[in-house]
Parts: sequence; C-alpha cells; structure tokens
Amino acid sequence: MKFKKRIKIALPYIILSLIGIMFFIPLLWMIFASFDKNATLSIEWPNDFTFDHWTQIFTDPDILRAFVIGVFLSLGSSIVIVIVSALAAYPLSRFHIKHKDSIILSILFLSGLPMTAIMVPVYQMFVFFNLNDSLWATLLFMSAAALPYGIWLMKNFIDSVPVSLEESAWIDGASMLVGLRKVVVPLMKPGIFTVLIFTFTGSWGNFFVPFILIQSVEKLPASVTIFQFFGQHGMVFYGQLAAFSFVYTIPVVILYFIGQKYMSQGFGLSGATKG
Amino acid sequence: MAQRRALRNNPYIKTLIFGSPAIILMLLFILGPIIMTILFSFTDIALTGAAAKEFEFVGFENFSRMFKDPSFKTSVINTIIFLVCSALIGQQVVGFLIAYLMKGKARPFRSLIGLLVLAGWITPEIVVAFVWFAFLSDDGTLNTILEFVGMEPVAWLLNFPMVSVVFVNIWHGAAFCMLMYQAALDDIPQEIEEAAKIDGANAWHRLWRITLPMIKGSAVTNMVLVTLQTLGVFTLIFALTGGGPGNKSTTLPLFMYDEAFVNYQLGYGTAISLVILLLGILLSLLYIRFLKTDD
Repeated sequence: MKFKKRIKIALPYIILSLIGIMFFIPLLWMIFASFDKNATLSIEWPNDFTFDHWTQIFTDPDILRAFVIGVFLSLGSSIVIVIVSALAAYPLSRFHIKHKDSIILSILFLSGLPMTAIMVPVYQMFVFFNLNDSLWATLLFMSAAALPYGIWLMKNFIDSVPVSLEESAWIDGASMLVGLRKVVVPLMKPGIFTVLIFTFTGSWGNFFVPFILIQSVEKLPASVTIFQFFGQHGMVFYGQLAAFSFVYTIPVVILYFIGQKYMSQGFGLSGATKG
Repeated sequence: MAQRRALRNNPYIKTLIFGSPAIILMLLFILGPIIMTILFSFTDIALTGAAAKEFEFVGFENFSRMFKDPSFKTSVINTIIFLVCSALIGQQVVGFLIAYLMKGKARPFRSLIGLLVLAGWITPEIVVAFVWFAFLSDDGTLNTILEFVGMEPVAWLLNFPMVSVVFVNIWHGAAFCMLMYQAALDDIPQEIEEAAKIDGANAWHRLWRITLPMIKGSAVTNMVLVTLQTLGVFTLIFALTGGGPGNKSTTLPLFMYDEAFVNYQLGYGTAISLVILLLGILLSLLYIRFLKTDD
C-alpha cells in the first residue's frame, strides 16, 4: 500500500523528467557536435574538444555578412512594425467610432491567415515591379505580413494606459501625435519591447520569405545561408553546421530571456484575447 | 477655417490618417496578393517562356487539372494527417499533459522542465529541422540508442517520413499549448477541486468531470489557432525531408512551392495557393468566431 502510494507521487515526476529529456536530447547534439573535432550525426561527448568550428563560423566573411543582413531585415521590419502599428492602434484604442469591433476583428482575421499561401503572387508582384532581389522590399513585405498581429498586440497595450493623462496634455494644447509620443509611449515601453522582440524573433527565423524573394547569394540572410550551407557542406562538416546553428540560435535565446517578463504579459494578452 | 478644424478633429478622419501607413502596407502586401491569388489561379501564367509575359485566362483548367492530379490528392491527405496528428491532437495532448502534471510541483522542477520544453519552441524552425535530421538519420542518435539496446536501426526519414514530420512538429510546438493550458488551469478556482476531493471524486473523475469541461472554451480556441498556424508550415518539412521520399511527406505548401518554383507553373501553383488560402480563411473565421463566444 505504502509502495503504491509512493509510485503515485513519483509517477508525474518520472513522466515529466522523461518529457524534459526528450525535449533536450536533439538540441544536445548541436551543443556537443559544435565543439567536437570529429563530430558525427550521433550525440557524442566531444573527446577531441575544439573551438575550430566556432572560429570558422566567425571568420567566414560570407556567414558574417549573412548575419548582418539577417539583423538588417529583422531589426528593420520590427522597427517599422512598432511605429506603424502604434500609429494605427492608437485611434482604435482611444476613439469611439462605429464598427470599431468589426475593424478589430478584421485585423485579427488577417493576423490568422497563413502568409505562405500568398508567396506565389507576392513573388510575381515583386518581379512585375522589378523588386525581386531587393532587401528593402523584402523588409517591407515582412513588416506588412506581421503587421495585423502587431496592431492587435499594440492596441491591447495602449488600452492599459489610462486616457486621463493624455487628456490633460491635450488641454495644455498638445496634439494627438505629441500626446502619443510624450505620454503613451513612455508608459508602454514593456509593450513596445514585446512587439519588438516578438517580430524580430519571427523575422530572424523566417526562411521561406527571403528564400523566395531574394536570389543573389550575397544578399541572403542567415536563415537561408544556413540552409545552403547544409545542402553544400552540411552532410560532411557536421561540426560546422552545428556551430552555425548554435550561433544562429543564440540571439533568439538571449532575446527570449530579456523579453521574458514582457513576453508573459504579451502572451497573456494574446492568449486571453479579450477583444 | 472652423470647418477645416472640425474636419481635422473628426475621429474617423484622424483614425484614417493615423492608420494610413498600416492600411497602405496591408493593401499592397496582403490584400493585393490575395486578390492576385484569386485572379492568377484562373490563368496559365508561367515563370519563364512565352506564358510568363502573355498569359491567358483558362477558366477552371487549373482546378480540373488539380483534381485529376494524384500528387494533389497525396498532398491533401498529407496535409490533413499533418494538421490533425500534430496540431489538433499531438501538441494539444502533450501540452496539456505537461501543464497538468506540473500543477502543484516544486518550483525549481517546474521551471527546469518548462525551460526544456520552451527550448524546442524558441529554436528557429530551420535549426529544429537540422537537429532532428541528425537525431533521426541513419547514423543518428536514435539509431545509436536502438543499436545499443540490441535493436535493428531504422531509416526513419525514408520509411516513416510523415510520422517523423508530425513528431518533430509536436516537439517544436508543444510549448505554446503548454503555456495556454497552464494559464487555463490556473484560472480554475481551487475551491471547486477541493470540494470534489472531499466528495470523494478520484483524480480521473476530477479530470474528466471538472478540469476538462472548465477549460473547454480555451482549448477549442487554441486548437483552431494552432491548426491555423500549422497550415502554413513549410520550412520544417522542406529542410527535414524535402517532402520526400517521392512525395510521401509533401503537404500543400510544399506542393505549391514545387509546382510554382521548381516546375515553373505559376498559374497552377497559384491555384494550389488558393486552396491553402481558402482553408486559412475558413479556419481564421472559425477562430475569431470562437474568440467572440469565449468572452
């Protein structure tokens, strides 16, 4: 009897531990192989410990350029999203206009659509306007694709800032734009960081969009370069592939930890989704 | 002058002015392409050659070709398997199981397991594909383990491509469901469970009679949302199996890519896009419908 009870208490711990191991083992390969001189596809403790794979990644000018382009696309599109979505969300949060609920629902509807489905016509459009292979146009498309969700998040954050503060600013003669910039923005820094981190992470990991819209090898961001590296050398240089993957994953992990406290707020807003 | 000021203070005009950058971006890059998807799916437009510049409307030809195409049928079936097994069931069950078992456990243990599960979610899709390629390949970790315990190695990606991509997508997405269900479970008032406990209901009964009915609303909304997100998955399958071997793990997004960019049949590829888009529209409408009733 006592034994049975003990098992009952231990069982959840055992199942959760097994799940935890299942989630970690595949990633462990990336960590070990990146330091292993004779890395294979199987997880092995790096007996021949080396930093060579890491130095090779950090000294390869093509890979470094790909990281810079990745930062340009991700940071650029997330800044565009923060500014444009804050402007659009502000009146939606503050004004009592007719059909406001329908507008907000339409934005939510758009945020749900799979952008994968429109990539073929977007490619045609880019070819038609001679925009294909343009990093700026790709940046704008990435911004637009994540914009509906950005507006939705931003509106929730602006809703949480009391309107009374701006009203006193308006009485003092400030315009709406000044009210937004001087009163609302400083108060909703957590919200802005959430949107920034969220969209940066999304763009950083986005492979399909630059894969379709960018053709020149020297314009490709890290998400696509890493795939080409895998196709060309990945089958042989496992250690370098692992190190490349590791380096490419680190910014997202750091951003996650920086944004964790903001993220949980943002997650609550998107998860509870009280419109 | 007064009239102009009144116009400037009109909330509709102001909303329009403030929203104009967003409206322009979304019209140009989302609504425009959606309309083009509908139009081009009725043409014979191609990526190269004569049909690239001078394409013609061909009526329902793309669609009749699609319904006769055995590859289309395969990719529809694969898409359904992928959505149902990984999004609708897999991620939900795993996410719920983790959230449910974690309830009331010691803090450090909870944080550690939560962190491990979240690691699979934070990792970019392309890296997820690589690490699982290593794990499942012929000389990979899984076969090393199997050989260690005296079993025959299996060519997972070749012989079980759909099982592999479904499993990997569960691994990648379970954390999102875990967070959703943790929030939903935290919302259940403790008194209700306590009362049921005192009334003698065992853990199994409490789960089926109290916990599950109480989180039903958020569970349904979450199911639709995750299915919607999974519909657009391309990178994970593309980098892990490439849709193969043959077309054994080709879902609709991969089929669309193959026809449009590998076979240069943009018109046909766009017709496939339209199918994905219509599915997305349907699911998205369902999603906002559930959101409204969830309130």
